[in-house]
Amino acid sequence: MARRILLFAAGVVTVVGLTGLMLTRPQRVDEAQLAGISPDLTRGESVFYAAGCASCHSAPDASGDEKLVLTGGRRFQTDFGTFVAPNISSDPEAGIGSWSALDLANALIHGTGPKMEHYYPAFPYTSYTNMTAEDIVSLHAFLNTLPAVATESDPHEIGFPFNIRRSLGGWKFLYLKPGWVVQEDLNDQEQRGRYLVEALGHCAECHTPRNSLGGLKRDLWLAGAPNPNGKGRIPGLTTNQLDWSEADIAEYLKSGFTPDYDSAGGEMVEVIENTSRLTDSDRLAIAAYLKAVPK
Amino acid sequence: MMKKFSIFTAGLLSVAVIGTAIAHESENPAVKARTSIMQLYAFNLGALGGMAKGDVEYDAEAATRAANNLVVLTQIDQSAMWPAGSDNASDPSSRALPAIWENFADVGAKGQAMADAAVAMQTAAGQDVEALKAAMGDLGGACSACHKAYRAPKE
Repeated sequence: MARRILLFAAGVVTVVGLTGLMLTRPQRVDEAQLAGISPDLTRGESVFYAAGCASCHSAPDASGDEKLVLTGGRRFQTDFGTFVAPNISSDPEAGIGSWSALDLANALIHGTGPKMEHYYPAFPYTSYTNMTAEDIVSLHAFLNTLPAVATESDPHEIGFPFNIRRSLGGWKFLYLKPGWVVQEDLNDQEQRGRYLVEALGHCAECHTPRNSLGGLKRDLWLAGAPNPNGKGRIPGLTTNQLDWSEADIAEYLKSGFTPDYDSAGGEMVEVIENTSRLTDSDRLAIAAYLKAVPK
Repeated sequence: MMKKFSIFTAGLLSVAVIGTAIAHESENPAVKARTSIMQLYAFNLGALGGMAKGDVEYDAEAATRAANNLVVLTQIDQSAMWPAGSDNASDPSSRALPAIWENFADVGAKGQAMADAAVAMQTAAGQDVEALKAAMGDLGGACSACHKAYRAPKE
């Protein structure tokens, strides 16, 4: 009898373990999803700005054209340790110049590296997971036109247990959820805004509060959050907190001027360096979407 | 009793309000002068921004007047308005970071960029609303460049 129980228990452990391994292994994109898509460099450039790649991956304090040199090295202090943005320049060794479009798609959609390793969600694949294949293929081509830098990436400074990358599979199982948060009926402009905010712009990564495991509280979407850098609070963008007109929001994203003609501060200055490169219609789309986010 | 209580509460409230007012306005005339210049920038940018956003109908003359004022503001000699001890570490009502006093050359360069953007706006403002919109973006960039480096975040 005891032996039977033991066998049964071993069976349960095996099944649970195998299921766990299956669920937590790094995922990849089916190559067929990228088949037949030809890259468009203009599109790739606009995706690059809308997705804010340079805000994290350019060298610390880079400005102007230096922002096109994706050396990495910016440090992000979090409750889980310090993440260091890697080199994603076109250098084939130190950067990602040898990556295929499929490698980039795996990274953006599943947070999976070319060696089948999990990336940490400091890289906002939880947002990028909703990127279209056309945008990824075009971004890949645009990134390859940017300068190569041979600077090696610094390792993250993450302590136990967060340094066990395998455990990120469990985190992804819980919090990497493809699909839109705002599911209401949206018109074409609001849908474009949703793509820019929820996927490329990854606005929620700062403007939505997180739970103790670092997962976004989707029921408090864009409701504002504590500033991970310590001081102050990241403001909420829901209509009951942000009463700016759509024109006000679009102007802020272009010139950085608030409705009082103060200029943007903090991290938003870097964000506006990107959104100022978008078209007027994309900035208005973001504004239209924000007006449609439930309180 | 109730009346006494409300007088007491009112008294407390006014102390609180006066306290807040004091915390936000500097005693230092140099800081007040700086703040006033910023308010003049904001007022004139408001006239241009209203047109850029489409809240106000484009008016070449009004836009030019506002842009002229911006240019004048960039020409004010501020050298006496930044005395030592008027940074945010010494004067909590100021948001000016001490780094300003260590990087006068860079602050000057950023000021020059603002002056150039104001001159560009002067031309654009009288041209048409599309030119005005574009110049607004560059002005905003010039404001932010300095604020990002040298202004403390809002409390």
